[in-house]
Amino acid sequence: MKLPVIGQNAAQAALFLLLLLAVPYTLPNEYYLSICILGALNAVIAVGLNLLMGYAGQVSLGHAAFYGLGAYATAIATARFGLPIPAGMAIGVSLATVVAWVVAAPTLKLKGHYLAMATLGFGIIVSIVFNEAVDLTGGPSGYVGIPRLALFGYEFASDHSYYNLMAVVLTFVVLLSLNLMKSRTGRALRALHVSEKAAASLGVDIAAHKRFVFVLSAALAGLAGVLYAHYLSFIAPASFGFGFSVQLVVMVVLGGMASVWGSVAGALFLTALPEALREFEDIDILVYGAILVLTIMFLPDGLAGGLSRLSRRLRRLRRQGDAS
Amino acid sequence: MTAALLDVAAATVRFGGIHALTEADFTIAPGTVTALIGPNGAGKTTLLNAITGMVPLTSGAVLLDGADISSLPPHKRAEAGVVRTFQNLEVFTSMSVLENVMAGRHALTRYSVAASLLRTPGFRRAERECREAALDCLEFVGLADLAHAPAGDLPYGKQRLLEMARALAASPKLLLLDEPAAGLNSKETAELGHLIRAIRDRRGVAVGLVEHDMDLVMSVSDFVTVLHFGHPLAAGTPDEIQANPDVIKAYLGEDD
Ligand SMILES: Nc1ncnc2c1ncn2[C@@H]1O[C@H](COP(=O)(O)OP(=O)(O)OP(=O)(O)O)[C@@H](O)[C@H]1O
Ligand SMILES: [Mg+2]
Repeated sequence: MKLPVIGQNAAQAALFLLLLLAVPYTLPNEYYLSICILGALNAVIAVGLNLLMGYAGQVSLGHAAFYGLGAYATAIATARFGLPIPAGMAIGVSLATVVAWVVAAPTLKLKGHYLAMATLGFGIIVSIVFNEAVDLTGGPSGYVGIPRLALFGYEFASDHSYYNLMAVVLTFVVLLSLNLMKSRTGRALRALHVSEKAAASLGVDIAAHKRFVFVLSAALAGLAGVLYAHYLSFIAPASFGFGFSVQLVVMVVLGGMASVWGSVAGALFLTALPEALREFEDIDILVYGAILVLTIMFLPDGLAGGLSRLSRRLRRLRRQGDAS
Repeated sequence: MTAALLDVAAATVRFGGIHALTEADFTIAPGTVTALIGPNGAGKTTLLNAITGMVPLTSGAVLLDGADISSLPPHKRAEAGVVRTFQNLEVFTSMSVLENVMAGRHALTRYSVAASLLRTPGFRRAERECREAALDCLEFVGLADLAHAPAGDLPYGKQRLLEMARALAASPKLLLLDEPAAGLNSKETAELGHLIRAIRDRRGVAVGLVEHDMDLVMSVSDFVTVLHFGHPLAAGTPDEIQANPDVIKAYLGEDD
């Protein structure tokens, strides 16, 4: 089906937003809403990371650092220096962006395992700073007293209002990512993923494109970071460490490489899973691991790949049904 | 002598102790098919790599339309009009056939990132043009009916054609083909010969042809340069080359 006026991406995004906005009315209590907010935050980061990893083929094992930089920067700017929240948020996103821009040049010259190691090292260094710069960050025990998000005089005081905000933010991130990947930039990124030589031979500036997508994905992580800080009003280094960087990678891989919708699914699924496994108590981590392994085994191209295969099969069945 | 489109002057490339190219001169005149032949390891691919900026010159210069492009990175040389295909296929296997060729138009499809995020009318116009130009190139090489197939599913010979369509989409002044007939059967090779002539005659693109298939080389080329141990042994028309005793001794003779 062709939708020339608003475009297919916009139509999908609009539908997605409606769906998201309906979710709170199906939930039994407020607690689930907070899980959904965290899921949406993670989805913003995972979509950004997939632009880098799934489309452009550049691994990052340090993306939690950009999430943390955004969170700490706005926390310190607003709670300590009393800056207005929008200013703090702008500073948070900018810091993640600038740091990514500086780190990108030396790091993205590396490939494969070396790139993974370099981003891993970067993430660890930032994590050490969060832990050790006690005067600034509050150290391991964390940073308290971050103001709840308020914009243009409206305070997102209830979880429901915060959730609605996140639904809008996530929808925009998804829509803009879909649009970007369906342009010359998206083609160039997918091209250099397969062959840097061939992409360069056709006029693609490899270094500039890698840097662009790295910075973009860091900025999205930073955006999630500021929204996280002003949601929880408390942050601690443990949320931005190596473990979370790995979880983000798992969200992308499980959701499906080079699929924006896949990353949304992967992030929501992995955020909800530990909650769903609560009743297994002591063995929940085992069940969690088993589910991951089974998913990857049976859905090698992720949730997105599995869903598209399922829909193809259903369509074929329907066609057969029509024929007979 | 008419001004050369491409002028490689005294190009030397060393990899550690290996002298891949030694003071190699190579010119391509506008509107011609110019072949570069020589035994395995003679330095033909290295010369293409040096022309397109993929290996650095130890010394020497590459001139395009009289302008020195030796210090430009590969993507700038592509923008300047030198585009190539690869001896070992470098098709974007994760993309469709059409997307491959649209990626080839990267440098000619101009709009800002903001325009692509907002899908402005200018963006949509440029994308439509990109798509039509890409389809035209696919039509030209005879792959139009496979536009929506995954590029990785194409058989070998068709992937070679796809690389040519992708390169043509960049609207080059000079198209460098690295062993386009490798792996093709005789029927496909004959069609390739027609295609190379059509690239020269109908598209007005000069062609640099690296090839081992001598029947193809001698039938489509206007000029031939023979490379031997990284150094040009002879240059001339196909007739002159086939009659050249040095070339026969060093290279052509070995087939007989
Ligand atoms: N990147 C590299 N590093 C080291 N040596 C190289 C490199 N590229 C080429 N060589 C060497 O340079 C010489 C010329 O190689 P080149 O690939 O240019 O030959 P060719 O004429 O294209 O041969 P063929 O017909 O087999 O493709 C060979 O000895 C090769 O081993
Ligand atoms: Mg070669």
